[in-house]
This record gives sequence, C-alpha cells and structure tokens, in this order.
Amino acid sequence: MISVRNVSKSYGDTVVLDDVSCEIPRSGITALIGPNGAGKSTLLSIVGRLLKPDAGEVTVDGEPLERLRPDECARRISVLKQDNHLSVRLSVQDLVTFGRYPYTRGRPTLEDRRHVETALEYLELADLRHRFLDQLSGGQRQRAFVAMVLCQDTDYVLLDEPLASLDMRHAVAMMKRLRRVTDELGKAVVVVIHDINFAATYADRIVAMKDGKVLQVGGVDEVMTPDALGAIYDVDVQVERFGGKPIGIYYG
Amino acid sequence: MSADTARGDGPRQGGRPAVAPAPPTRAVADRPGGAPLDRRRWGAFPPVVVLVVLALAAAAAVVLFMTVGARGPWSFVLEFRSKKVIGMSLVGVAVASSTVLFQTVTSNRILTPSIMGFDSLYVLVTTVLVYFLGSARFVSLDPKLLFVAEALVMAGAAMALFYALFFAGRRSLHSLVLSGLVLGVMLRSLTNLLQRVMDPLEFAVLQDASFASFNTFDGALLLPAGVVVAASLAYVWRLRYKLDVLALGRDMAVNLGLDYRAVVMRVFFVITVLVSVSTALVGPVAFLGLLVANAAYALVRSYQHRFVLPAASLLAVITLVAGQTLLERVFGLGTSLSIIVDFVGGTLFVYLLLRGMVR
Repeated sequence: MISVRNVSKSYGDTVVLDDVSCEIPRSGITALIGPNGAGKSTLLSIVGRLLKPDAGEVTVDGEPLERLRPDECARRISVLKQDNHLSVRLSVQDLVTFGRYPYTRGRPTLEDRRHVETALEYLELADLRHRFLDQLSGGQRQRAFVAMVLCQDTDYVLLDEPLASLDMRHAVAMMKRLRRVTDELGKAVVVVIHDINFAATYADRIVAMKDGKVLQVGGVDEVMTPDALGAIYDVDVQVERFGGKPIGIYYG
Repeated sequence: MSADTARGDGPRQGGRPAVAPAPPTRAVADRPGGAPLDRRRWGAFPPVVVLVVLALAAAAAVVLFMTVGARGPWSFVLEFRSKKVIGMSLVGVAVASSTVLFQTVTSNRILTPSIMGFDSLYVLVTTVLVYFLGSARFVSLDPKLLFVAEALVMAGAAMALFYALFFAGRRSLHSLVLSGLVLGVMLRSLTNLLQRVMDPLEFAVLQDASFASFNTFDGALLLPAGVVVAASLAYVWRLRYKLDVLALGRDMAVNLGLDYRAVVMRVFFVITVLVSVSTALVGPVAFLGLLVANAAYALVRSYQHRFVLPAASLLAVITLVAGQTLLERVFGLGTSLSIIVDFVGGTLFVYLLLRGMVR
C-alpha cells in the first residue's frame, strides 16, 4: 500500500497540493480524476518521486519513499509522464529493455529478455519491436512507453493520462490491456484519467481531486453519483446504469 | 526528417497523411549491441565494425603524419612529430568525449561546451593573467604551473556555471542556451574591456596565447594532460550504462532508479576537467566537438555510449591528425586547422539549427 500523508506542494504562490492524504491499495486499478489544475499529475509525480513535496510524506508498504535507495524505488514503483520526448533514437525493443535497468544496470540476461517479451506481448508490440520510435504513430509510441514501465516489473505502475493522445478504439484497447495487467500480473495501476466513464468502466477505485485537495475516495459506485460528480466538476451530471456500470452524462 | 513510415494503427499526429506503407519488417537477428539494422539508410553497419574501421583509419592517419615528407634523421623526425600526434590525440579525445557527455546530460544534439561560452571563459582567464601579471611575468611563468592554474580556474568556474544553469534554472533547454549565449557575450565583453586598456605589446603576447594552434605543443604538458584525460576516460567508461539512461531525460532516468543529481554532477565534473585540459593545451576549438559527435551518432546508429564515445573520439583524432597532415604537406601551412574545422563545423551547426526549426 502507498500512503500519502499530509502532502503539500506549491509553485511560487500557487498551491497545487494542499495537505493531501490518501491511500493506494496494493492491487487493482485506481483512477485519479478531477478538473484541470486539480493537482492530479503533481500528486502522481510526487508518489513517483519525480517531484519532492514541500511538506508531508509518502510511504510504500510502510517505508518512507525518501529513505529508499533510488534503485530500490525503481523496482517497486514505476511512473510514466504524459509527454515523453527522447533526444536519442531508440527502437521499441531498446526502449522496453531499458525497463530492466533497475535490475541489470545495463546488462540484460536471458531472464530479462523474457520480461521484455512479456511486456511486448501484453502491449501487442511484438511485430513492431525493431521499429524506431520516430517511425511509430502516437498511439503506438504510447504503448511502447507503457511496455517499458511494465517491463520494470514493479508492484505499482503510475501512468499520467495514458489515454491522452488515443482515439476511442485505442483508448478502449489500452484500458483493456491495463485491466489484464492488473488481473493477470497482480499489479496495482494508478491512472490519471479525464474521461470519468473510462474510470467507471475499468477502475476499481476512484480518487477524485479538486483545487489541490482530495474530495472523494471510494469504489466506483460511491464516487459516480450526481452529487459527488457535480461537486467535483461544477457541472450537472446525470448518472445512468449501463451494463451494470454507472455512466455519467454531462454533455448538456 | 526521418522517413516516416507509421501505418494506420493509431491516430496520426499533426495531420500528415501516411504516405508510404512501411516495407515489411525483415527478420533481423538480435545482435549483441541490441541495435537492429535499419537497411534503408547508408552506413548501417554494426557498431563494432564502424569502430574497427575508424580505429584503422586513425592508425593510418597517424602513420601518414609521422612519415610523409620526412627529411633528416628518423629519430629526430619521429620524436618531433610524435609529440604533436600525442597532443592532437589528447585534444581530440577530450573535446569529443566532453561534447558527447554534455549532449547526453542536456538531452540535445546541438549544444556543446564551447558553444556555451567555455572558450570565452578560457580567454578571459588568460587575459586576466596577462593583465595583472604583465606579459613579461606571464611569459616567464612555468608552463606546467600555468597549465595547472588555468585548468583549475576553468574547472571551478565551469562547475559553478553548470550548477547555476542546470539546477538553479528551470532546466529548460531554451533557457540553458540563452543563458549560455548571454554569458558568453558577457565574458567576451569583459575580455574586450581588459584588452582595450592593455598595453599593445602585452596584447600581442595574449593574442599568441589564446588562439588554437596544433603546431606548437609544449612537450612538458603532454604527460600531465595525458594522465588527467586517461583518468577521466576510465571514470566515464565506468559510467557508460548510466549515461545511456541519462540520455533518456530526467524523468525517465529517475523512474529507472538513477541517482540523477549525483550522476549529473559527476558527469559535469568530468566535462569541465576535459574541456579545461583541451583548452589549456591548444586554446578554443569551437566546432570540433559538434562535428565529431554528430558524425559519430550518424555512423554508429546506436544510443549506447560504449560505442558512441569511442567513435566520436576516433573521429576527432582522424580529423585533427589527417587534417594537420594535409595542411602541412599539401597546403604548406597556408592556413590554420582550427579555421577549417570551425568552418565545416559551423556550417553543420547552422544546418542542425535549421533542421531543428523545421521539426
């Protein structure tokens, strides 16, 4: 379990996270939702140790993040930001193999090759493995990066808007893959997501944020109510059940 | 712009239509370097082959330089010329390695330490020395002492500069470039100011001391310089896999468990040491690093530093030694090698900038 305790972060005078506390269980998909500027990405970056909090503490399975060695951290938590621009030219396989770095320090063994194969297979990239990243479409590139963090074989996988540049078909496919990863490989996946209905359909838990605070935490049915969603987004949302899942309708 | 061959899987960015369907991916065997062949481009040889060819070419250049047009007793010729070859090789390796390291840390392919105004720092240090000591004292200084002092001042100032630019700033490449350029202008203006108020005679001494020349190497400096460069390279070799990760950018490196800040500072330290040694040996060589680093990326076609670093170093040795041979034997010393290298490198710099803008 990852525990976030009283974490605050500000940039200059702007408070981005204001005394945030929440817990992320060791399994299932946790969706981080909320309006723009709610602090979702900042929270994800702090848990993924890309940012240092101004105050507060994050613990992983009881141990403070700060006290873990960097390579130890990298074997427990992996994090993928939204924009990943590389100045080096890498093939898909090269990139995914980098996911093994925390274990191999640059010299992959046969065992590591197997992890790479598994990751390529889960993200359906086996055919593209020798392509260079700049020869791929946005969606394929996104998959390659997700495959890399998957290859890191961490208990927790944090993804910042993995659906950002994907169309409907590929967004659905990505969420299905993440579902498979959590169910079959037993990982805990945390996704920042904008579409509440994707969160409702695929996530186990929802953490809703607004103005740097956690507003709601709970199962899908607890958060997907007109009152709760209205409070989070300041928009009237109708919630209908469709195929057993709550679906929010907010287009008019 | 690379041949973009993405096919209809997934949305296209920027609305460009997928023109050419990709050629069927050929079954390419896994090679030890992990770098698959990209056969549509020339120069797609395995990195090891490239390195061997470059090493042979470098050896050939050295042999030619040592032997062509030799008049007089061999013992004298060889001793005289080997000093030059060793000096040029040291400078080449230092410039090439420091450039590749710098480009890795800053995740870019256009900036080099010298473009960031390091030479200006060196010229300023020399100017200050001449100004305050006077040319007579400056010339009579022990060259070894001067070398060590200049290298130390350079390293100290450069580390401060790096630290301020990289950690205190916003880490954006643009602000880094801009601050570097502004700083370079400031250092040059300071230098100009001192040179204006300087005695013309002393200015002449200074001119002589602050221009790159591959003709005059102080033999006494070669041993200490060689030891420093060798030690730096040995250290860099230990960091080679970390450098591969570092090149992915900060967020990826932290995610993969690199102690980012510590590694970056160590690499910066090595860069300053290497730059200091090469500038103290021959003075500023502005575009050599840019030239050989980009040639190395293009030839090796691998992200791995264990290939890129030796390739860039060998290319630098070839450029300097072969260039100097041509200059001395064919053109009869009509011009200076650094001018030619800067001309070619400068053209490449403009090309890279323009291409970067098109992207």
